[in-house]
Amino acid sequence: METSQYLDIFIDESMEHLDMLYQQLLELEKNPKEKEIIEEIFRAAHTLKGMSATMEFDDLAGLTHKLENIFDGIRDDKIVVQTEMMDSLFHAVDHLNAMVEDISNGGNGKRDVEEIISQLDLIEKGESAIVTSKKEKKEDKVNSNTIDDLDEFQLTILGESKDRGFDNYEIEVHLREDCLLKGARVYMVFELLEKSGEVIHSNPTVNDLEEENFDFSFSIMFVTKEDPQELQAKIMKVSEVEQVNITPFSIEDYKEVQDKIQEQVTEVKPEKDNNRESKKADNNTKMQQTGKGAQSKTIRVNIERLDILMNLFEELVIDRGRLEQISSDLNHYELQETVERMSRVSSDLQNIILTMRMVPIDTVFNRFPRMIRQLARDLGKEVEIEVIGAETELDRTVIDEIGDPLVHLIRNAMDHGIETPSRRAELGKPEQGKIILEAYHSGNHVFVEISDDGSGINKEKVKNKAIEKGVISSSEAELLTDQQIFELILASGFSTNEEISDVSGRGVGLDVVKNTIESLGGSISIDAIPGEGSTFSIQLPLTLSIISVLLVELQNEKYAIPLSSIIETAILKKKDIFSAHHNKVIDFRGKVIPLTFLNKIFDVPHEEDEEDEYVSIVIVRKGNKVAGLVVDSFIGQQEVVLKSLGNYLTNVFAISGATILGDGEVALIIDSNALVK
Amino acid sequence: MSETGLLENKVIVYQLEEEEYALLVQHVGAIEKVLPITRVPNMPEFVKGVINLRGIVTPVIDLKERFYHKSTEFTEQTRIIIVSLEDITVGLIVDSANDVIDIQPDHIEPSPEAIGSVVVDYISGVIKLDERLLILLDLQKVLNKAEINDLKTMEG
Repeated sequence: METSQYLDIFIDESMEHLDMLYQQLLELEKNPKEKEIIEEIFRAAHTLKGMSATMEFDDLAGLTHKLENIFDGIRDDKIVVQTEMMDSLFHAVDHLNAMVEDISNGGNGKRDVEEIISQLDLIEKGESAIVTSKKEKKEDKVNSNTIDDLDEFQLTILGESKDRGFDNYEIEVHLREDCLLKGARVYMVFELLEKSGEVIHSNPTVNDLEEENFDFSFSIMFVTKEDPQELQAKIMKVSEVEQVNITPFSIEDYKEVQDKIQEQVTEVKPEKDNNRESKKADNNTKMQQTGKGAQSKTIRVNIERLDILMNLFEELVIDRGRLEQISSDLNHYELQETVERMSRVSSDLQNIILTMRMVPIDTVFNRFPRMIRQLARDLGKEVEIEVIGAETELDRTVIDEIGDPLVHLIRNAMDHGIETPSRRAELGKPEQGKIILEAYHSGNHVFVEISDDGSGINKEKVKNKAIEKGVISSSEAELLTDQQIFELILASGFSTNEEISDVSGRGVGLDVVKNTIESLGGSISIDAIPGEGSTFSIQLPLTLSIISVLLVELQNEKYAIPLSSIIETAILKKKDIFSAHHNKVIDFRGKVIPLTFLNKIFDVPHEEDEEDEYVSIVIVRKGNKVAGLVVDSFIGQQEVVLKSLGNYLTNVFAISGATILGDGEVALIIDSNALVK
Repeated sequence: MSETGLLENKVIVYQLEEEEYALLVQHVGAIEKVLPITRVPNMPEFVKGVINLRGIVTPVIDLKERFYHKSTEFTEQTRIIIVSLEDITVGLIVDSANDVIDIQPDHIEPSPEAIGSVVVDYISGVIKLDERLLILLDLQKVLNKAEINDLKTMEG
């Protein structure tokens, strides 16, 4: 089958199902008896198996099949969920994930899964061990217990056939382990049997047998008048059949056994049925909800097409700027009116395109519970995670970048923040630590906060460390506010944990976080209460590609300053500028703010030193720090498309990119973060 | 360089001062008249700035500045040759660009010890054609990023 055209869809959907598996497994760990969760997992595994088998990814299909079997067992109360087996299950899903990733990277999804398969086999068999121990007594009465899931209807048929003089047999067929065409052999066996009687039931089901979803043996409930010896001989003639066991089947014994199992099950879990009922009701309402949700139709669109659309729209924004300029130059009424209307329509269009590219932050958040679980185990800590606002949407480009910084911060919180269970007990805190991951919108920004209820940040320790590492001088340290001290841990070459652990603490982590976030046009701040925990708050722009800027002029050159970093603009008299330590400062709203002369920083060629009585200042901020940028004049606010300077000019000081103005010229975008010290 | 291994090549011929240079046509994306250039601060002298090349912000380098430390004066003949090498796209300012010619691999000779005043390091060979001598630049070296980074740190 030519399947390559479906590959993208397959990968997308597999990822979704794997996410679902992870989430539900985590849920299951918390509520091991929740039927709904088990159903959910079973469904996800089943779909995944079907898809991967169709796409001919055999290892993937094999492993999911195992998972499916186990959850089938759990569903039928044959396997009891135990904490020990959760690890293997998570492991299995990790393997699946790796395979899907391999496939999405163009691989063939092959992976050595023998070890995990054997682990899963153990779980599956562990079940049969439990079950057999339950029916030990009947072992002598029922020769084989491979078939134990007959329904009422099948039992009636078996009963009737007995009355009419037919014999019921349970036939167990073992194929040779090197059998290549299992499906074909099964077919041959069935064909042969159907000539001399009737197959009532098979385990696994006929469908699974045809799809070769079984190991090497299967059982059949068979009604016939023939002699079992003859039957056995006939089946043995089918090639690659290794062994055939035929045993008479007695309905009475079977019923007895089943009743006993039933009794045991109901005895053990009388309340569970109630639970199940209520859950069923819940489930129904949920189904209705999703039913409604499905009515708002969606289509999958390749992200590349959205990128192309965005690029085209960016071109349009540039031309819009140009048109606006031309129409205002020409001062033609009708032209102006038309251009205005076009601008309005195109800003609506811009909103729609931007929202189309929005992705819920859940796509980043959802991998954290698993990571935290694993990490907690590695660190010997107990940590619970709470996610708030996972539905908050962000531009895909931001989403792509934000994952790693968040991972760093969470690791940091788990490693440095949250104490060991014993220490927490000493402090009178609950042994299980808690990490809260919260995302919310505010204005043109998205905030992501990571808070833990750990030890907080030790100010003195941070201060001493910073002085020791030469990040600040001791005199400087005295002047710092609490927040400024906390932010020192984001400085490069800083790590307070004495021993370097695998998890975090190489002293490179947090400054990378800071850099990444700032390169996204965002900012990060820290708050901490000793003994009660710390909060890292990240502010991010909604989108990266179109931003609002203030255009300013430096002599004849135009520069753009992102509005997101501007507090306000001011025009001051020259005499209001003071000198302090050879630095120019101003007293602005009762605060002393350092000034940066952009003309000097950017070495702008100037014709003559004209003595102007006034200076134009843009007040910008970075975190809590504020600075004034001195410019020659303000031009105005504008929406511009952020463009990179290309791969040749990288790391230009204080320039974060460029944009194309209405007149077709390029203006550079100032990275005010680099100018605030 | 591997280009010499190709059987037949076309080159774009351009001029810096009195000397004729050649660029393999496969590296050339476009030849533009001079567009408005936006200066990029704190860059080496030869990086003149960036231009808007049909919506793409493209850096431009003044080759004369680079080789002779002397700025190009823009005239009617001045051109910006847009060249691409791997993931880098850059515009080269030249005095004029007016010829496309076919060359045979045996026309290309390894660079002699020194030709004129151009630093030998930037040359991958010379092309001899009857009365003409074309200098084939080694783009890889001309577009070496480490160099602008070095210069920057020196200045900064």
